Amino acid sequence: MIKNVSFGQYFPGNSVIHRLDPRMKLVLVIAVIVLIFMMDTFIGNLVVFGFIVFVVILSRVNVRFVLRGLKPLWFIILLTFVLNTFFYSGGRELFSWWIFRVSEEGLTSAVRLAVRLIYLITATTMLTLTTSPIALTDGIESLMKPLKAVRFPVHELAMMMTIAMRFIPTLIEETDKIMKAQTARGAEFDSGSVFKRAAGMVPLLVPLFVSAFRRADELAFAMESRCYHGGEGRTRMKVMHMHWRDGAAAAVVAGLIVFAAFGY
Amino acid sequence: MAIVEVNDISYSYTGEMSVTPALSGVSLSVEKGAFVAVIGHNGSGKSTFARHINALFLPVSGKVLINGMDTQDEAKVWDIRKCAGMVFQNPDNQLVATIVEEDVAFGPENIGVPSEEIRARVDEALQQVNMIEFKERAPHMLSGGQKQRVAIAGVLAMRPDIIVFDEPTAMLDPEGRAEVLETIRKLNGEGKTILLITHYMEEALLADTVVVMTGGRITKTGTPREVFADEQALKDAGLSAPPHIELYHRLKAKGVELGECPLTIEELVEEICRLS
Repeated sequence: MIKNVSFGQYFPGNSVIHRLDPRMKLVLVIAVIVLIFMMDTFIGNLVVFGFIVFVVILSRVNVRFVLRGLKPLWFIILLTFVLNTFFYSGGRELFSWWIFRVSEEGLTSAVRLAVRLIYLITATTMLTLTTSPIALTDGIESLMKPLKAVRFPVHELAMMMTIAMRFIPTLIEETDKIMKAQTARGAEFDSGSVFKRAAGMVPLLVPLFVSAFRRADELAFAMESRCYHGGEGRTRMKVMHMHWRDGAAAAVVAGLIVFAAFGY
Repeated sequence: MAIVEVNDISYSYTGEMSVTPALSGVSLSVEKGAFVAVIGHNGSGKSTFARHINALFLPVSGKVLINGMDTQDEAKVWDIRKCAGMVFQNPDNQLVATIVEEDVAFGPENIGVPSEEIRARVDEALQQVNMIEFKERAPHMLSGGQKQRVAIAGVLAMRPDIIVFDEPTAMLDPEGRAEVLETIRKLNGEGKTILLITHYMEEALLADTVVVMTGGRITKTGTPREVFADEQALKDAGLSAPPHIELYHRLKAKGVELGECPLTIEELVEEICRLS
């Protein structure tokens, strides 16, 4: 059951979007988020919508996967929408009933916020859909390199992220195994009150932690055996290079930001 | 000079209250290109011994020389680990990256190999263990045997002369075991010096030298035929010979006139057929 948890949501492919440098993609996603907040007008929103559709088409990612990214946040989107519609003070009243009062401005601001949320989520989903976790970590490591000057452990952080991602499926599998073993001995994980359930987690968590520490110990030996001694003097198999497509992507986003800055 | 020179080493685990001796007076020398199997019961010190070969553990007394380099010499640690790779028991706990080829690249990256050469080494190593078509997979999607072969590729990519296998098949199903053993034999054929730590007697039969460890000491060394012919040495080590060798010993004990100790079932069959 919990084994089926899909890990990350990378959608492998070879499109232009996939092949963009992860560093550029990270920076551009941040720029696009800024852009989404800058675009205030109807035309501006239309342009952002057009841009996102364009990126999705270029990436050749199945639209279903993009929409799936929205799923867990439907509730939040709906809630913002409802709150904004009914509790916006002021504005021209459209109709009112009991404590609810819907104004024109309230409705527009609700639509605007909901649409913005959808844009934000889609933009970040596109990043994780088209960038493998490893490329993403490499990108973050490379972008954070300047922080090394203030002795921030950039390489160690990236290594920790990689190892964490590597062990998520392993530990999920292990949790599943322990749960089954404890269920066979009469442990109950899905019945009783909240407190009873929380207490029921103890026989699950203790063995899980013990095994995680043992794994960490063995992994440390294995890494030392393979000459790991920190980021010093380390080379990488995949070196990130900027290409013309990265420049083109930057130009497009920069263009949109200029467009937004002129008040559209 | 031998590529591995272990000279009278001792080692103990120090706990808060106690000191548990794990190795005492162990000496062994391994020639380049040899295939040595170390067998022993649980707690015989065989894994502790293995970890001395690439300086994970340092002997309390005695000396370990790898290709002439002393493991006590701190400046040589990385050169020693480059020269003597190690494959561990649990395939899950020795893979670092989320993609097979990235994991294989981990070792060469650590020793500062240039990017293009890492690429070439990774492909070559994956080819050697027959895993090249899996190079873009995630390790957790592979079988135990496949994961272990990826771990071997990770060691191979560092181009070591010696590979120490610390019970590499203990957690695998029979199919995975066969794959890994086949790979080990192939690597030995290509000139790698192999040190295989195992508690499967059948695996020891593949080696050209078998070392028996009991209670932190080496109690018997010889060719597989010599070691398995010595029933008493195995018994003292708490080990039992593979079934066909066991049968040979029992027949012999009953007074059946058999020749030298057989290594394979075929040899035993031949030996028995010669009787009539």
